[in-house]
Amino acid sequence: MNLKELYQEIILEHGKNPRNLGKTNNFNKDAKGNNPLCGDNVHVYLKLNDQRKVEDISFEGSGCAISMASASIMTDLIKGKSDNEAKEIIEDFLGMIKENPALKSNILKEDDKTKLMCLSGVKQYPMRVKCATLSWHTLVSAMENNGKEISTEE
Amino acid sequence: MNIDNIKKEFPIFDEKIQNNDLVYLDSANSSQKPKVVIDRINEFYTKQFSNVGRSIHYLAVAATNLYENTRSSVQKYINAKDKNEIVFTKGATEALNLVANTLGQKYLDEGDEILLTELEHHSNYVPWHYLRKSKNIKINFAEINDQGEIPIENIEKMITPKTKVIAVNHLSNVTGAILPIKEITELAHSKGIIVVVDGCQGAPHLKIDVQDLDCDFYAISCHKMYGPTGLGILYGKKKWLEELPPYQGGGGMIKEVKKDRITYGDLPNKYEAGTMATAQVIAFDQSIKFLENIGIENIIKHEKELIEYGQEVLRKNNSVKIIGNPKNKGGVLSFTIEGVHPHDIATILDEDGVAIRAGHHCCQILHDKLEIPASARASVGVYNTKEDFDQLNESINKCKKIFDLK
Repeated sequence: MNLKELYQEIILEHGKNPRNLGKTNNFNKDAKGNNPLCGDNVHVYLKLNDQRKVEDISFEGSGCAISMASASIMTDLIKGKSDNEAKEIIEDFLGMIKENPALKSNILKEDDKTKLMCLSGVKQYPMRVKCATLSWHTLVSAMENNGKEISTEE
Repeated sequence: MNIDNIKKEFPIFDEKIQNNDLVYLDSANSSQKPKVVIDRINEFYTKQFSNVGRSIHYLAVAATNLYENTRSSVQKYINAKDKNEIVFTKGATEALNLVANTLGQKYLDEGDEILLTELEHHSNYVPWHYLRKSKNIKINFAEINDQGEIPIENIEKMITPKTKVIAVNHLSNVTGAILPIKEITELAHSKGIIVVVDGCQGAPHLKIDVQDLDCDFYAISCHKMYGPTGLGILYGKKKWLEELPPYQGGGGMIKEVKKDRITYGDLPNKYEAGTMATAQVIAFDQSIKFLENIGIENIIKHEKELIEYGQEVLRKNNSVKIIGNPKNKGGVLSFTIEGVHPHDIATILDEDGVAIRAGHHCCQILHDKLEIPASARASVGVYNTKEDFDQLNESINKCKKIFDLK
């Protein structure tokens, strides 16, 4: 295990100064997620416009450095993408955290992929994987707009 | 017995945990097990195993005697008047569910009130919550003071003519506050109120005399008491255990079963339906012997010294904020670090072999009240040393370094 891999500079920076934090005014989809084991919670808001593009995205919540950084990086990368692109990025990220050694999708630019790969350190910490994935599962729920509250314990 | 040698009785401390010596500061969650307890489980399964209370062959009779022998040891250890006041359960959670459920069935009526405290663990709240729906029971909470204690006045002012039960913990698993159970019982009984004590943190760390405390029920978690998992104990005053209905139905708890009627067994069988955690019960006798050999007074003294030292060390560390400052405090030290989430603290400490707990410790009501989502908690057992707190402090400094705190 390697703490330096887990707490990379970019994670600590996003954890301390999360981007897109707060409730955006013009959202038309949202979902809540929580981790009942640790009390972490996140609320993702997004505006999907008529062209099925994520015009705006933000989140509210509290949690550890990993969960805050993950939500921050996620919202940064998803903003401006079409819903199909967003879905591909989400699937790719979750696949990488779960089993794949690298990201496969070509939608993201190389430096964006590097940012996302900074979260791969959690793979060595099974108890912390949920911290990194909660906001992503919550985003899926928001996009599907089924109003289902996401819990890490289901 | 020398307290310094006690650590040697726990085989886990011979293990390297991710190449580190283990600094185990999570005993409020569950204690480690001494070799005598581990060996007893092995020995029972290897040489003596049989189910208890059913068959009449040699092994069954011998196992039954061993099983009942633990009941007698527990009775003596907590000074219960009668052996049959000791009921084995699958855990303290089941013990508390048993009390809430059976009191709900027989004793509580619509509109009655139950008084808990803001310090309660979820296991002493959720079982009562069920009665809100099924019986329309109201639940009130006595408030903590600024020190994270529950003074008797805060209990007294929440009592109404409708209060039927006061259910409180003996020792808080977050602030470490020791509640004045004897005074609470005196007050409650003067008003005809039943007292249920969640003794999960009390039983392993305090002297327990249920006759002196005079509480009506006392729940114990054996795995926090140097015993096996899967085992709890409910002490209940005989008059209550006799009067209340059974909790679960099944084999072993009946007297007579006919197509049109069933009568139930006598105490304690009435509450021990099905095959019990036999090996765990038998091994738990060794846990009690282990505690008796050290002596609870020595344990109390040792743990008090430890926690005072721990507080002293952490107070000197700026950015660490200790939760609560109870005058009468057990071996629990919860804290936060401004700018570092407790989960990040726990992960970084773990890298040095320092095992603590992070989260709300099953006390969400308390954390909401304190307006924090989570906290980090170091808790002690007989095997801890002052050096463990030095290492804790050193690892906290590593956290601060990673998170660029001064």
